[in-house]
Amino acid sequence: MSEWRYWLNEQRGTLMGLAIFLLMFAVYIANHPAGLTANVAQTAANKGVLFAFVAMAQTLVVITAGIDLSVGMIFILTNCLASWIVVGEPLPTALGVVAVLMAGMVCGAINGLLVIYGRLQPIVATIATGAVYFGLALLLRPFPGGSVNEDLADALTGRLFGVIPSSLVALAAAVLLVWLPFRRSRLGRAAYAAGSSEQAAFMSGVPIRRGKFAAYTLAGLLAAMGGLFLTFFTYTGEAAYASGSGYTLWSIAAVVLGGVSLYGGRGSAVGAIFGAFAARTTGDMLFVFDVDPLWQPLLQGVVLMIAVSIGSIALLRVRNRLDWFQ
Amino acid sequence: MSDTSENRISIRTRLPAFLRRADPAVLTAFGCILLLLFMSSLYSSNFLSLNYLLQQLKVASFLGVVAAGIMVVILLGHIDLSVPWVMTTGAMMACAAASFGGMGPVIAIPFGILCGAAFGLLNGFGVAYLRIPSMIVTLATNVVAQGLMVVYTGGFSPQDSAPPAVRWLATGFVIPGLPNAILVWIAISAVMVFLFTRTSFGRAVYGIGNSERAAYLSGVDTRRVVMIAFAISGALSAFGGVLLAGYSSKAAQAMGDAYLLPAIAAVVLGGTSILGGRGSYLGTVAGVILITLLQSILSVMQMPEAGRQIVYGVVIIVMLLLYGRTPPNR
Repeated sequence: MSEWRYWLNEQRGTLMGLAIFLLMFAVYIANHPAGLTANVAQTAANKGVLFAFVAMAQTLVVITAGIDLSVGMIFILTNCLASWIVVGEPLPTALGVVAVLMAGMVCGAINGLLVIYGRLQPIVATIATGAVYFGLALLLRPFPGGSVNEDLADALTGRLFGVIPSSLVALAAAVLLVWLPFRRSRLGRAAYAAGSSEQAAFMSGVPIRRGKFAAYTLAGLLAAMGGLFLTFFTYTGEAAYASGSGYTLWSIAAVVLGGVSLYGGRGSAVGAIFGAFAARTTGDMLFVFDVDPLWQPLLQGVVLMIAVSIGSIALLRVRNRLDWFQ
Repeated sequence: MSDTSENRISIRTRLPAFLRRADPAVLTAFGCILLLLFMSSLYSSNFLSLNYLLQQLKVASFLGVVAAGIMVVILLGHIDLSVPWVMTTGAMMACAAASFGGMGPVIAIPFGILCGAAFGLLNGFGVAYLRIPSMIVTLATNVVAQGLMVVYTGGFSPQDSAPPAVRWLATGFVIPGLPNAILVWIAISAVMVFLFTRTSFGRAVYGIGNSERAAYLSGVDTRRVVMIAFAISGALSAFGGVLLAGYSSKAAQAMGDAYLLPAIAAVVLGGTSILGGRGSYLGTVAGVILITLLQSILSVMQMPEAGRQIVYGVVIIVMLLLYGRTPPNR
């Protein structure tokens, strides 16, 4: 058997995510009055990138068989923080960006410490830390407001060479600089191994704790990148509870659409990015089909329901009924 | 290692019998309630007045009904994230049914609960028969329920004020001085305790929470049990929504948003393992009272929303660190 079959099997989830996204995006573009222009691509990219960052963050944690329900709140907190400190001359702006990313990492690291060393269940621990992060965000921005270095914001949300949306470039940079090195490192393998079978990984001498800790911390970093981009798009900071919990929920949906197993150990952040873009496209799709905005949440829900039900076709292939109950 | 466990045993043997049998997590939760009351009474003696405590129990009863439902699902090792909009659906449908001619007010409450049970069945079907992770099915159901309610309230102006029967159920008095909502909570609690401890369904729920394979091999129709459990959770969420609509005298969009996380937190603080299979109903009651008291005390102290969120989160983390830790697995 040749090598590519193994590769294909490993990447099946990611490719499924890509297929779902391409299908939806093709339908979207085919029905868009303007077709695929640079403008349409830029708008689609900018909206999708926010979801993509949060979905990547969620992936890192889900791979370790955990879940981060505070990811949307880290996103909101860093948004509020950025609206204070990413301003002014280039140097203070740069320091501000670094500080925002650090803040995100600290939030992620706290989650990691509680889950790994505090031995708390990720679901409840991150619900609680999410409340704390949202409280901090409210402290920073009781009312929407603030500002951001607009030159930087416009540069990162505009287009490179007039064609390529620069937010996509930033997303690609995050994949190349954060995700791939992690995936190929010892710690990344440890995170996968811990998600796949913690017992076996421990017996094999894999540094599970450090691997999981790295995953949670980097998840905070990626969520902070998303928060920065939200600030760049809106030029303001806003502590909106609904928006935070919405991003958390859709990040889980994106992760599943992107072929990452919620049971841990399988999937990749690249798949989650496609899942995020696919989830985002459902919203846009309703716009091009001129659906009454009232029906939008319902149709989104139905699409989500169908998308997650598709995976259960695999049940037909199960020979032994006991395999249902894993 | 052996030293501490011996110590623990010796402490336990010295306790009176009823304490020895009780779950340490439940005891800690009740201890925390007393501690909270004691500390708040230092702030103001009004916290210990009967009126205040009854008022708190009344508010707690809405959360208590919702938490009872979600506990069934958590005991299975699943989670129900569709609580917010199923609650809202229950409330809105009950109010809508009340305006339907002569029979309306009579069927209002059952109709609201039935709608919740229908969404619960949808969840259960997805989880049990399609084997989709519960987190994702219930998430999708939540969005679908939200979509339906947005369409329902957006197209035309619906009847949204709670009918008298619903208001009476939430705020009236059968026994003078004791709000009906508390009686409802007590009744539902009695049913839940019976369900958990005296029926084969309850046994099956604990069994599936520990190992679904083992339960299946023991002859339990695990898929049916899971589906019914989700239906119960949906029905109780909707019922909680109906009660809440009676309390605030109308159904509003997003009225259930503030109930999902406290309900999960209450169940877990009461010593139920989020992985399923372990936990007692008494603990959930303690968790509900604890969360309600905490929220109330923070708002009485006029702490701003930001501070309340932070304290709320920190307290949950500290309590979990005290007794919600999973045992080291090696």
